[in-house]
Amino acid sequence: MTDKFISIEGIARRYPGASGGTTTVFENLWLSMARGEFGCVIGHSGCGKTTVLNILAGLDEPSEGAVIVDGQAIEGTSLDRAVIFQSHALLPWRTVLGNVAYAVSSKWRKWDRARVKAHAQKFIDLVGLTGSEHKRPSELSGGMKQRVGIARALSITPKIMLMDEPFSALDALTRGTLQDEVRRICLETGQTAFMITHDVDEAIYLADKIFLMTNGPGAVLAEIVENPLPKDRGRIDLHRHPYYYALRNHIIDFLVTRSKSFTADVTNHDPRNVPTVRPGLTEPTIVSSPRAIETSPVQTIAR
Amino acid sequence: MTFSLRLRAAIVSVVLFAAFIGVWHLATRSSGPATNMSPEYAKLMGLTATQGKSAMPGPLDVGAKLWEHLKRPFYDNGPNDKGLGIQLAYSIGRVGLGYLIAVIVAIPLGFLIGMSPLISRALDPFIQVLKPISPLAWMPLALYTIKDSSISAIFVIFICSVWPMLLNTAFGVASVRKEWINVARTLEVGTVRRAFTVILPAAAPTILTGMRISIGIAWLVIVAAEMLVGGTGIGYFVWNEWNNLSITNVIIAILMIGIVGMLLDQILARFTRMVTFPE
Ligand SMILES: Nc1ncnc2c1ncn2[C@@H]1O[C@H](COP(=O)(O)OP(=O)(O)OP(=O)(O)O)[C@@H](O)[C@H]1O
Ligand SMILES: [Mg+2]
Repeated sequence: MTDKFISIEGIARRYPGASGGTTTVFENLWLSMARGEFGCVIGHSGCGKTTVLNILAGLDEPSEGAVIVDGQAIEGTSLDRAVIFQSHALLPWRTVLGNVAYAVSSKWRKWDRARVKAHAQKFIDLVGLTGSEHKRPSELSGGMKQRVGIARALSITPKIMLMDEPFSALDALTRGTLQDEVRRICLETGQTAFMITHDVDEAIYLADKIFLMTNGPGAVLAEIVENPLPKDRGRIDLHRHPYYYALRNHIIDFLVTRSKSFTADVTNHDPRNVPTVRPGLTEPTIVSSPRAIETSPVQTIAR
Repeated sequence: MTFSLRLRAAIVSVVLFAAFIGVWHLATRSSGPATNMSPEYAKLMGLTATQGKSAMPGPLDVGAKLWEHLKRPFYDNGPNDKGLGIQLAYSIGRVGLGYLIAVIVAIPLGFLIGMSPLISRALDPFIQVLKPISPLAWMPLALYTIKDSSISAIFVIFICSVWPMLLNTAFGVASVRKEWINVARTLEVGTVRRAFTVILPAAAPTILTGMRISIGIAWLVIVAAEMLVGGTGIGYFVWNEWNNLSITNVIIAILMIGIVGMLLDQILARFTRMVTFPE
């Protein structure tokens, strides 16, 4: 097995509920990702995806358990883990350049103005916003704002990118372009990325692993779906791949039916050993449940 | 023929002003010489009795007097006869000083209250009780403890302008968007830098609004305070001219108070616009 670059170990998040009790959003959640992997979380609204991401970012703390990144338990936020917020979260009183430069000067405090500016400019160019450096966020379209958010996150050269539905507020065309960009950048820089999405096609295009979460409260990570599509897949002809529909149907089936009934149906679910599934031409095969690994002769995972 | 809204509004304003002056003039003009009055008595009573003139000055009297004042705003003929400019300068000086001290106290304290729920709760009962006290109610206490009428007036200005600034700063700081704070947190920005680069710019419009309310209140209160403490200032001038029965000067002072108040408000409004950001 490859190394666990990110390892979420048995985390729980509880809120004080009505009438004195506590509401458990999720508990005993285990999840790990290798370096350079792209993971997408899919689940219905309110199941706790944002909570998991915020805990990973260090913006929120788990009620139990720990998150280990690169062999170290995380404590609070870090410049190694950049967040791209759903609502872009640009500082409206700063220009595009000012927003990116703020991140750059936060990471490299000793740099002088010119160096910060040059570095920020590089990332503004990277997301294709050359010429808009001196505009304020209010003068930008939704897609452009999101690009600034991406440039800001990338400019601090993080080890991990955390994205909370970064493209959900965008039109299909802009979303497509930005997906291409994010994918290209992540592949080029070897980023480890963790993204929340509601868009199944987005997950199929971007992710190496798709984490399926059941409905909350008391949500569990039901299944890890390995993406059987080749690494050099293109967004346009995604649906032509023979495995595409198997994968898509598998995820949609989960969202439509199994996400509700999972906790009731599956009684022997072990949160520490969540089954990994790789949908293919035939029925999806469980490939890495600890017992299945020994017994199943059809190993479809190439590692 | 379509004029811009602005031009039409300006025309209506001018018409209204002219109408006001006209009515004023008609209401206060002389009604002709009074009949059979002994010359000595007439001399004693002045124009009010002889010409049937109203005791209320007309617009022309006020205009003439105003011109006189504007020609010599800074003359000083002893304690009871100073130019309007000097009196206004005293008032503006007191307001400026009291207001400045209030800014220095209210903004850092407001930051603290806005950032710390503990301090916010701890100070809340005091603020709730102190805020509704009329600033002039502090005057006797201030005079007794400070023993200086001018500083007492400054203290009263301080106490009346501190509350809106304090509350607005606290509110502005407490309601800075969580996501902006989170941006700073993910960038590992320290507390001090965060306060200056995220919280201050985000809360600035709210803080400036509080400052604008404060300057308005301070200018309202200074007139009353100076009437009480006497000596100098536009408030004292009004009271003094009332004792001199110079209604013309009282009217001029009222006009000046209005104009200066408007200017102070405009200055703060301009600052507010400077720090306001479109979202
Ligand atoms: N401050 C809070 N107090 C109580 N419950 C909370 C609080 N914040 C979040 N929750 C609960 O935690 C659950 C998970 O919230 P979270 O924002 O992580 O959902 P999500 O999966 O990101 O949903 P969405 O897809 O709609 O963004 C929700 O059911 C919500 O009610
Ligand atoms: Mg969410």
